[in-house]
Amino acid sequence: MFYREAGDFKTSYTDDSQTFPIKFDRYRYYVVLGVAFGVIPFLINDYWANAFLLPFLIYSIAAIGLNILTGYCGQVSLGTGGFMAVGAYACYKLMTAFPDVNIFFHVIAAGGITAIVCTAFGLPSLRIKGFYLAVATLAAQFFLVWLFNKVSWFYNYSASGQINAPERTVFGVPVTGANTEAWATYLFCLVFLAISAIIARNLTRGMQGRKWMAIRDMDIAAEIIGVNPLKAKLSAFAVSGFFIGISGALFFAVYLGAAEAGDSFGIQKSFLVLFMIIIGGLGSIFGSFAGAAFLVLLPVALKLVGVDLFGWPTDIVAHIQLIIVGALIIIFLIAEPHGIAQLWRVAKEKLRLWPFPH
Amino acid sequence: MKMKLTTMALTALMAAGPAMADLVFPSLSYRTGPFAAGGIPFADGYADYFTLLNERDGGIGGIPARLLECETAYNTEKGVECYESTKGEGALVYQPLSTGITYQLIPKATADGIPIHSMGYGRTSAKNGKVFSHVFNYPVNYWDGASVGVNHFKKQAGGSLEGKKITLLHFNGAYGKEPIPTLEALSAQEGFSLNTIAIDYPGQEQKSQWLQIRRERPDYVLFWGWGVMNQVAVQEASNIRFPMENFMGIWWSGAELDVIPAGDGANGYKALQFHNVGNDFPVFADIQKHVLDAGKAAGAGDQIGTVLYNRGVYAAFLAAEAAKAAQAANGTKDITPAMMRDAMEALKIDEAVMAAAGLPGFGPEFQVTCENHGGGGMAAVSQWDAAAQSWSLVSEFEASDNAIIEPLIMADSKAYADENAIEGRCN
Repeated sequence: MFYREAGDFKTSYTDDSQTFPIKFDRYRYYVVLGVAFGVIPFLINDYWANAFLLPFLIYSIAAIGLNILTGYCGQVSLGTGGFMAVGAYACYKLMTAFPDVNIFFHVIAAGGITAIVCTAFGLPSLRIKGFYLAVATLAAQFFLVWLFNKVSWFYNYSASGQINAPERTVFGVPVTGANTEAWATYLFCLVFLAISAIIARNLTRGMQGRKWMAIRDMDIAAEIIGVNPLKAKLSAFAVSGFFIGISGALFFAVYLGAAEAGDSFGIQKSFLVLFMIIIGGLGSIFGSFAGAAFLVLLPVALKLVGVDLFGWPTDIVAHIQLIIVGALIIIFLIAEPHGIAQLWRVAKEKLRLWPFPH
Repeated sequence: MKMKLTTMALTALMAAGPAMADLVFPSLSYRTGPFAAGGIPFADGYADYFTLLNERDGGIGGIPARLLECETAYNTEKGVECYESTKGEGALVYQPLSTGITYQLIPKATADGIPIHSMGYGRTSAKNGKVFSHVFNYPVNYWDGASVGVNHFKKQAGGSLEGKKITLLHFNGAYGKEPIPTLEALSAQEGFSLNTIAIDYPGQEQKSQWLQIRRERPDYVLFWGWGVMNQVAVQEASNIRFPMENFMGIWWSGAELDVIPAGDGANGYKALQFHNVGNDFPVFADIQKHVLDAGKAAGAGDQIGTVLYNRGVYAAFLAAEAAKAAQAANGTKDITPAMMRDAMEALKIDEAVMAAAGLPGFGPEFQVTCENHGGGGMAAVSQWDAAAQSWSLVSEFEASDNAIIEPLIMADSKAYADENAIEGRCN
């Protein structure tokens, strides 16, 4: 009914291989983009931006980054928090060292620096796989956090080791610092997310993505058919690091405004992003969004319902929240091990046949 | 769909919460998470004092105080969410009880015109009111604590620390690193050698740190810890038979629950305090009568008179006094955050004020000014008596060495002012 291919004729290869070949899907995508860019900025307030939308957008970028590495290329990483810290500290150093350069370029440069660091820590992946690689990336996590705590150059020798984002503007509108408007920070992050998602989607659809998936599915077979594992694995680390670095930079500069390596970019962050892609769906760009939405929005929504609607004590709600989120994760993984993205795929398949399932 | 439901829930909430004539005090508490053991008594004390004012006096100046509690679990992201969700309700002052959250709120709250009171934590250089217009850290800050602690050791050593070794054992984060600049300056002045040993979060395992202390044999150990880290450190110190009277914690490392697990081994452990200890004050009888016995306690009601409960009461007392002063200064009962800020900047706490609130001699006397948001920097040393299971003050409230601290505060606040292009005030 809804997802009908009938009557949707393609007359060129470009049409046939586009991201959303089904017309309904394509229009839905345009509507989502239109609402995100054209409607939400007019409705948004500080609470919505800071409680829901900014963390959702920023974690989505991080989840896309990790999904490329883990979901597409099959290299398990527990270093996401550390790599986000690289992005954040790189952005901070650039912001304070070159105050006249636009913050937009600082964020991109922070992504680039993180890509280099991430590639360096990806070198062990050429020799080790699976759980062993996870432990190697875990070492990256601890090393990077220790480094940003230990070397005071990274936080400009401030007494407490905290980094603070000074005010920076885009087209004269502040996007970091204290005097930001909700719509400006939202749009700034949204632009990065939209571009990241489009790049990631097209990379994974193209030759590079197929190389990554070949490595993920069976690296020896991939090597035999001519995929260079060195290039494939390291490029996955680099691209993944780029996105994670951008998300770390935005997380610090736009969302938190002040950060500290151990507190904001600890091991919990690595696990959180990993859970996002597992719940959302490994090897799916949509899954990165779905997982980020699930783990960012659900706790806040539960808190709103428990504390503000029912007036329960805050500690009880916090405990119930842990129980519910934990239970839902388990239920999800048992009911649909391939994540929310797979649920979405099944739903689409059903809708395609509906109302005549046979 | 989920999104839609939350939208509906939120719009319903916004429609249901119009501005009421009451004084809103948000409490960004943490009753869960790794630091809950310290967060619960503080939150209870903070809430119970406002409940007492409402029950006994009908509020502050006749207007009821409304406490908005929001659970942060000591997590900075939840802290941001809590701040955004409560600031629209007319919040008068924020006391986040977390250095990380304080750092985040400093620019945000300043832009929104809401004062922050980080009592004995947060950014030390916020003492300089010329730069930090909306941040207050009276009556004392970490650098005062470091200075008073070193002065105490100096007295204990017979007047000179020349050639002595002092180790700072600290939480490896913003909070624990704060005292290092002061101690470095003091070490140059007093001639002791300083060594810092960091404990990573959450600090349940400190064998290597204490092995290092055992090897280096410092004469004195200063300790900046919080949460489970405190109990472990005191236990480890007693295990290596470190002389407890030479081991001193900051005020966040000196509660009953930090020392009780170590039993007799903790006897003699010292901790700095910026308010009095014990429950021998008239206000606690009132809390017992109007709050606990009436079944209106915020928590289980078993924390009354403990160090951190007292600190919650003290924080609420200072906030309530500032609100009272704001009402008096503006001739209106329904004050705004801007009036609250002005009142905090002119706050004067003396013995008469404390006695009137049922807290005679509870804390040092101090006066806040436009230039000085940090009060007098007075702290006292308390000592744990394991046999009596109680803390008691073993010194008077003593001032810190301002000659050391003042230049450091100026340097750090100047760095912040430069980074954020802030013009000085108070001229």
